[in-house]
Amino acid sequence: MKSNLLDVEHVSKVFSGRGLFSRRVKHAVQDVSFSLDADRPEVFTIIGESGSGKSTLAGMILNTLRPTNGHIRFAGRDLAYIRSRKDRLAFMSRVQAIFQNPFEAFNPLKPVDRYLFMAAEVFAGCRTKEARETRVDDALHKVGLSLAEVGGRYPHEMSGGQLQRIAIARALVSNPALIVADEPVSMIDASLRMTVINLFRMLRDELGVSIIYITHDLATAYYISDRLIIMQGGKVVEAGDARQILAAPQHPYSLRLREAVLSVDGAWRGSRLDVDALESSS
Amino acid sequence: MTFQPATASGNVEAASSTPVLSVDALKAYYRLKLFGIEREVRAVDDLTFEIGRNEIYGLAGESSSGKSTLIRTIARAIRPPLAVEAGSVRFNFSDGTRDMYRLSPQELAGIRWKRLSYIMQGSMSVLNPVRRIKHSFIDFAMPHVPEKGAAFFDRIGRHLEKLHLDRSVLNAFPHELSGGMRQRVTIALATVCGPEFIIADEPTTALDVIVQKGVLAMLREIQRELGSSVLFVTHDIAVHANLTDRLGIMYAGRLVEEGWTRDLFRRPLHPYTRHLISSLPQIGDDTPKKGLEGSPPNLAAPPSGCRFHPRCPLAVDICRRQAPPMVTVTPGRRVACHVVTADPGLSAPAMEEARP
Repeated sequence: MKSNLLDVEHVSKVFSGRGLFSRRVKHAVQDVSFSLDADRPEVFTIIGESGSGKSTLAGMILNTLRPTNGHIRFAGRDLAYIRSRKDRLAFMSRVQAIFQNPFEAFNPLKPVDRYLFMAAEVFAGCRTKEARETRVDDALHKVGLSLAEVGGRYPHEMSGGQLQRIAIARALVSNPALIVADEPVSMIDASLRMTVINLFRMLRDELGVSIIYITHDLATAYYISDRLIIMQGGKVVEAGDARQILAAPQHPYSLRLREAVLSVDGAWRGSRLDVDALESSS
Repeated sequence: MTFQPATASGNVEAASSTPVLSVDALKAYYRLKLFGIEREVRAVDDLTFEIGRNEIYGLAGESSSGKSTLIRTIARAIRPPLAVEAGSVRFNFSDGTRDMYRLSPQELAGIRWKRLSYIMQGSMSVLNPVRRIKHSFIDFAMPHVPEKGAAFFDRIGRHLEKLHLDRSVLNAFPHELSGGMRQRVTIALATVCGPEFIIADEPTTALDVIVQKGVLAMLREIQRELGSSVLFVTHDIAVHANLTDRLGIMYAGRLVEEGWTRDLFRRPLHPYTRHLISSLPQIGDDTPKKGLEGSPPNLAAPPSGCRFHPRCPLAVDICRRQAPPMVTVTPGRRVACHVVTADPGLSAPAMEEARP
């Protein structure tokens, strides 16, 4: 039987903080399961507010955190057994991450292309300079940039949208099968946000890359996701087809989340913030 | 220009004819001199607008559009290298008109918090993390209210209850409260002296969606009760649609469009505004949305003419050479765009076609 791209099986994560006299336990993620099909690339969205455990879950998928309970399998292989340097590199070249703040992801004192060349050398095994340059240029072309444009430039010379596109290009250098994007557009200006969001769609449709999109923004989630899960306090409260869930949420928490979204159309239909709106929301 | 009542939001007796704040041809630049190289960053360039009594005026713009500089300049909370080059900021409070840049430091301290107050984005940077909330109230409000001692805390307690907060928060430390509660406390702090003008700088950006709606509704409620004016700054267009009475759109240090919020959303005129509104993803809307080509302008070397022209789908030759003036196209509606103001019809269907 062919294995799935990613299987998350009954995964939990418990953080315990030890004080001098006390022991505090935080159940960050509780019994989460889902799987991504290898043949059907999709944008899988994890929605949750701060403290819902969505970034912890992302950390476990990226194999930087170990689950307390349960298993995560990537292409049939349990992440718990990926420990040697060789295995780790092989895993990282297939699963890549994009983070929230592109200004923090790049070292301000180093030219941005350095990261791209490093990725090409470490993950793609390009030994010669020419091979690296071709590889990097290819990746940049996929996000609508080129090495001629970004080569030798520093992070402060670019906008957040451009940097985020370079971060995506860096993730693409090793031809990954899965990209985990943790709040990739929340720090990006409104006029550039949709460029990045549309890029994810292109990655799915044209390059066959699956994307785990982690966000608190329901509107962009509706725009690009195929399936989604909604998390509250570490638990999945609702899971399924993105459009169905967001159009008609069933769980009371999802319903509250859906109602709290401020929409422009809704504003003129009489649901503008008012004193009476306060009664229902507080 | 005249202020009409904001019927859309029910803010009827609203704006009387004298505006509370008038900003006139304001220019605020950062002048940097580093290693003999002089650089000038025109963060606020020739801005003119007015805010009427009892209205919520929204200001939208991206990062580096000059919104934060504008706020600082209005509150006269500026320090070098930022300096006001030209123009004036005048407040018309109930006890007289004041030109912010002609006040002595004592007069300025007398206005601050009592007549002009400020709500910031990060509640943790307002509240002292190692002292109880009540000390923040003592620090901020005690000098400006007549009550002292138990009467003072009674007043604060009543005010907190109005904002749906329990009096017991006074004895809490900031870290014991949730993000939404803390932001409510900072709003309580900013409004306890009954200010006539409130500047709100991204007050809900750091909050979760569910909490955000409650905080915004509370802000609206307290604004109505006090009858104060609010300058509400956020980059989130959806928040503006739901809260503000009038809206100004800033791009690269200039105001590009201004109008009644509802009107502006129904019929955006400036190409930048049109883009902002049409590219907003919404639940239930499956049309493909596009990002704007090009990158935000560098304010140290802004594009010639209209600063939006390198990214503008409608740009013509004159846009590259000449900065467009702010033109009042219909009462209450101003726009700075050569193409839009040259169009004699200014009719809605024509605008639909031109939409990028």
